[in-house]
Amino acid sequence: MQKPPPTHPPLPSRLLRPLPFLPFLLLRLGRLILARPPPVLLNVVSSCCCVACSSPPWLPSPLFVSRCRSLTLDGPFLAPTLVARVVRKLSFRCQSSKLLLGAGCVAGKKAPLSSGGGNVRGAVSASKAVTEKPNSGSKSDKADLLVTKDEGLELYEDMVLGRSFEDMCAQMYYRGKMFGFVHLYNGQEAVSTGFIKLLKQTDFVTSTYRDHVHALSKGVPARQVMAELFGKSTGCCRGQGGSMHMFSAEHGLLGGFAFIGEGIPVAVGAAFTSKYKREVLKEEGDMPVSIAFFGDGTANNGQFFECLNMAQLWKLPVIFVVENNLWAIGMSHYRSTSDPEIWKKGPAFGMASAHVDGMDVLKVREVAKEAVERARRGDGPTLIECETYRFRGHSLADPDELRAPAEKAHYAARDPIVALKKYLLDNEIATEAELKSIEKKIDEVVEDAVEFADASPLPGRSQLLENVFADPKGFGIGPDGRYRCEDPGFTAGTAQV
Amino acid sequence: MLAAFGKNRALVSSLLRGGNGGDGASAAAVWAVSKRFMSASGDSITVREALNSAIDEEMTADSKVFVMGEEVGEYQGAYKVTKGLLQKFGPDRVLDTPITEAGFTGLGVGAAMYGLKPIVEFMTFNFAMQAIDHLINSAAKTNYMSGGTINVPIVFRGPNGAAAGVAAQHSQCFAAWYGQVPGLKVLVPYDAEDARGLMKAAIRDPDPVVFLENELLYGESFPVSKEVLDPSFTLPIGKAKIMREGSDLTIVTFSKMVGYALKAADELAKEGISVEVVNLRSIRPLDRETINASVRKTSRLLCLEEGWPQHGVCAEICASVVEESFYYLDAPVERICGADVPMPYAANLERLAVPQIDDVIRAARRICFRKQDKRKATA
Repeated sequence: MQKPPPTHPPLPSRLLRPLPFLPFLLLRLGRLILARPPPVLLNVVSSCCCVACSSPPWLPSPLFVSRCRSLTLDGPFLAPTLVARVVRKLSFRCQSSKLLLGAGCVAGKKAPLSSGGGNVRGAVSASKAVTEKPNSGSKSDKADLLVTKDEGLELYEDMVLGRSFEDMCAQMYYRGKMFGFVHLYNGQEAVSTGFIKLLKQTDFVTSTYRDHVHALSKGVPARQVMAELFGKSTGCCRGQGGSMHMFSAEHGLLGGFAFIGEGIPVAVGAAFTSKYKREVLKEEGDMPVSIAFFGDGTANNGQFFECLNMAQLWKLPVIFVVENNLWAIGMSHYRSTSDPEIWKKGPAFGMASAHVDGMDVLKVREVAKEAVERARRGDGPTLIECETYRFRGHSLADPDELRAPAEKAHYAARDPIVALKKYLLDNEIATEAELKSIEKKIDEVVEDAVEFADASPLPGRSQLLENVFADPKGFGIGPDGRYRCEDPGFTAGTAQV
Repeated sequence: MLAAFGKNRALVSSLLRGGNGGDGASAAAVWAVSKRFMSASGDSITVREALNSAIDEEMTADSKVFVMGEEVGEYQGAYKVTKGLLQKFGPDRVLDTPITEAGFTGLGVGAAMYGLKPIVEFMTFNFAMQAIDHLINSAAKTNYMSGGTINVPIVFRGPNGAAAGVAAQHSQCFAAWYGQVPGLKVLVPYDAEDARGLMKAAIRDPDPVVFLENELLYGESFPVSKEVLDPSFTLPIGKAKIMREGSDLTIVTFSKMVGYALKAADELAKEGISVEVVNLRSIRPLDRETINASVRKTSRLLCLEEGWPQHGVCAEICASVVEESFYYLDAPVERICGADVPMPYAANLERLAVPQIDDVIRAARRICFRKQDKRKATA
């Protein structure tokens, strides 16, 4: 009788698995030894970390790559002393190596990502899997939890707000109260909440046309967003922007762009200003960071690559967040992209990058924390690819015929709100009653927003010509020799322009 | 018609394969029947069908023609204009591109320089702004720069101008921008006949053609004659059409505004003002002959367009008429254009920002009865 083949490779060969990659590691070490004596020890430590964790070591930890670069001593932004920098790096590296080890130990059996084609999307994904309870069945140690109670409830509330708001938008659209193009965010709430809830009011966010929930997460009141969608004068842009163009100077929301890819240079520009204010104008305080949200289709656009280059070149405090929901209207990501792994495009520019499960708000939050802290410290940009999914079609006018029902079902089962709820309840961070009360509160908020928007007035006729210029003299001089804007009838719409 | 279908089954199948069977009249009748979307009552097709059939026939006739753009294949076209083409011609000739306007426009220009005939679709012409460098610098100027040795037989098509409630970045009219560039031909169809004839002419043309359609017209049905349905039907580029004869006032316009002008003309006819409506069909080359001949007949001009007033198409038409037909004018030339603001989102503001039929009627009255006080006529 034949012996059944061993199901696992015997122990020795597992240890030998890193063997083929030793030349790569030695090369890296050699380069660094020749170039920069101090970092050698640190790189050995982190390379061992890569080997120890389950992620394939031929994909060096992207954070590891970045650290090699940032340890160079050239560049315009030198820290005061080398020692201080090394100490800081060492402590940070120890922290993150714990993260990497954590990923290796807990997430041993990751569910393969089945969305068509079986592409490997393996890379470092941060920290504990939310959906896996500790096997012992006992309550988790408080120290192991990823969020405090307040944080957890805040995240839950924000995601439920995003979901309820978008569902209400769909209802209102079909009732004719909303018009034009409306793109809903259902299913992707974890990305918006995970990133934006770490930001301050002084930080910046840019987005695409799928921007309602980014606006809500950033703090724009639901009333104002709903009124804007209805085209009323009480909207955040006074009814002049609409669904795709949400702006809020007060909350640092720089748009809302209908053209994909357009928001990325704008976010980089805001980051440039942050750095300029700090370095040139010598302003005090935390450096505001910017986040650019965009999709997988945008990652093929020229502007994206241009911005990766500039941001990394000038070490700008910007975070590029790719909400990879696999579809650009009806174009599958795999049909339009030669290398579907978008996070890999960062290291090509020397940029730190990561890939994270975007259906899991806690994982997103962990990665986001690191990225935001990097940016605020002045260590430069990060590219983060979030694997996520939109439960609805591209827009409310999209028949959504091309996506396979199996794919939709797969991601529907990974609903981020359901996952967070489960985590909060299983780890006894919140009770069912508290979560229910949050849901009820959000329902009321959304209802109130609709009533407010309904009751708001349409923009007056005089608003048509307002705000074209910040300086209304831009309308020029009229036939009577005076500036047009001085004509009392000018914005009332009765004057001849 | 059913009898015709039965008798001409072979003809039908040859037509479905894309041939041109038999004599024109019966072929057209059978084609009309074989296409299920034809209305039973007469020959009437939508602009969308007109464009689809034109592209279909040209791709069948010449295998160098291919279509490229976002969502043109599997999604059947963002506005369903390229419906069925992927199934018929395959993915080698109907290419779904990534969202890379600058890249794929340049690619199309290069393909055209080397001998193919691309039809590049922009989801709207607003997105063509990301590619305008190639449209102008690579496509329009190459024949000149190369001394006539390299031409670019490419067609850029897509919806242009305002749709409904799509706000500032989706609603700009680019007729004036492209109309200014020497080396480009700019076509602006209105009805199904224009769409079919001009699209075929554009594809067969050896120069770069910018084909500005209108999203709101795609679904509108227009009656067409049998000649229009013939696969060899084309319209000459650079020739305007007199949609309606008149003697008191000439309204010159293009694209969706032609429909508004015709409706306004019907209203004005009740008041005794006989309006002649000229459908430009082509912005570059501009048919100054027809415009001026019409103005010399009626002695009054009203230009109408959806785009912004300064440096617009209407500005050029007015300049041309003042230069060439000054002594025939009985009243100053007038323009009605879109409001000089980025398109607002709010529904009421959007209505105010685009010319409406009432604006046309009021302006027409004002021109015809010039002695009246301007303010009174505006009321």
